[in-house]
Amino acid sequence: METLERIIAEHPFFAGLESYYTGLLVGCGSNVRFQPGQYIFKEGEEANEFYLIRSGRVALEIAAPQHKPIAVETLEQGDILGWSWLLPPYLWKFNAHAVQDTRAIALDGKCLRTKCEQNHDLGYEVLKRFAQIIEHRLEATRLQLLDVYAVR
Amino acid sequence: MATAVTTDPMLSQPYVVEEVSKETPDTFTLKLKPEEGSHHAGFRPGQFSMLWVFGVGELPISISGDPGNSDQLVYTVRSVGQATNALVTRSAGEDVGVRGPFGTGWPLDAARGRDVIVVAGGIGLAPLRPVIYEVLNHREDYGRLVVLYGARSPRDLLYRKQLAAWARHRDTQVLVTVDYGGLSWHGHVGVVTSLFKYARLKPSRSLAMVCGPEIMMRFVTRELESLGLTRNDIYLSMERNMKCAVGFCGHCQYGPHFICKDGPVFPYESIRPLLEKYEL
Repeated sequence: METLERIIAEHPFFAGLESYYTGLLVGCGSNVRFQPGQYIFKEGEEANEFYLIRSGRVALEIAAPQHKPIAVETLEQGDILGWSWLLPPYLWKFNAHAVQDTRAIALDGKCLRTKCEQNHDLGYEVLKRFAQIIEHRLEATRLQLLDVYAVR
Repeated sequence: MATAVTTDPMLSQPYVVEEVSKETPDTFTLKLKPEEGSHHAGFRPGQFSMLWVFGVGELPISISGDPGNSDQLVYTVRSVGQATNALVTRSAGEDVGVRGPFGTGWPLDAARGRDVIVVAGGIGLAPLRPVIYEVLNHREDYGRLVVLYGARSPRDLLYRKQLAAWARHRDTQVLVTVDYGGLSWHGHVGVVTSLFKYARLKPSRSLAMVCGPEIMMRFVTRELESLGLTRNDIYLSMERNMKCAVGFCGHCQYGPHFICKDGPVFPYESIRPLLEKYEL
């Protein structure tokens, strides 16, 4: 049987994390499942958790007045969803909805923040991983902004 | 009476438009056949022709059809100006002049026995489609085929039905993404480089062929190198303003190379320093 600890340890986001730290994370985690079309969070809501996606597909959307929402990124198996729980004001900046039947591990942000404050080694490990994700997504966003396929 | 295929590269041959089909709102695929009695000389995937619309102008256009089909030449053209618009608004039965094929082509000999990674952005899928045909036509000669394709939005995707059909072939993975997706799009959203993490690759036995906007190719080569491909195993198709297509006029000079004659396909290793130069 797959334990939560094993699932967390095998997720690419936590690859290489010492088992002691994985044990600390387990207490903040729970299994969740989202149906296609279901909103996981919406812009402006409190950001209390983040998700390790195990299967399915989630779209991150921006909704502008008088326009239909635009998906700017999709996240899938092996990806993580959400970092607004990490920094004040702890509010989501985008909408996220499941495009497909999606299974994930939800990690309680408040719980994790407390553990990271208490154990700075764990905090550094978590921040290092998020910094890498943020760097990749920033690069991708810059490429997206260039609109490279447009007619010049 | 049958006409012989000319050997003069500056002389257009008369072709007839057989069919024009709409791929996206501004991109069309034209099927041309030689005028009655003549035949075309074949082409290598990655080569291009100079297409002449009489009274309007001549354009370099990559061949996007099946190299195994010797009856017709196929081109996918994006309408961005007067000459391309004149080309895509040709009707069946009308004439188009064809010179070529020109250029080096993709390194299919070097790819034999190896996995082939095709990375395309926007209309860059057109010059790579003959590679996909070739690999699928001779499946036993190649390893795994991975196609990564990015476009601006779902309505800008080329060859949508074919992409789905290719994905059903054995040992073939086709991943498609768009930069921005609407509510009805249920596929990947993100730049083409974001697909690498979902691709099942064996970099040490792979050869990559990349075509798209130059800035996209820079990001893609960076990603391929970080995965472990060597610069000699990455090939790019370059684009410049080609006029004569045989290296005389110099319009397409790129550093020490002429894109028309020495390219348009180059090993990344040989042009990498040029890609980093501004305004070249």
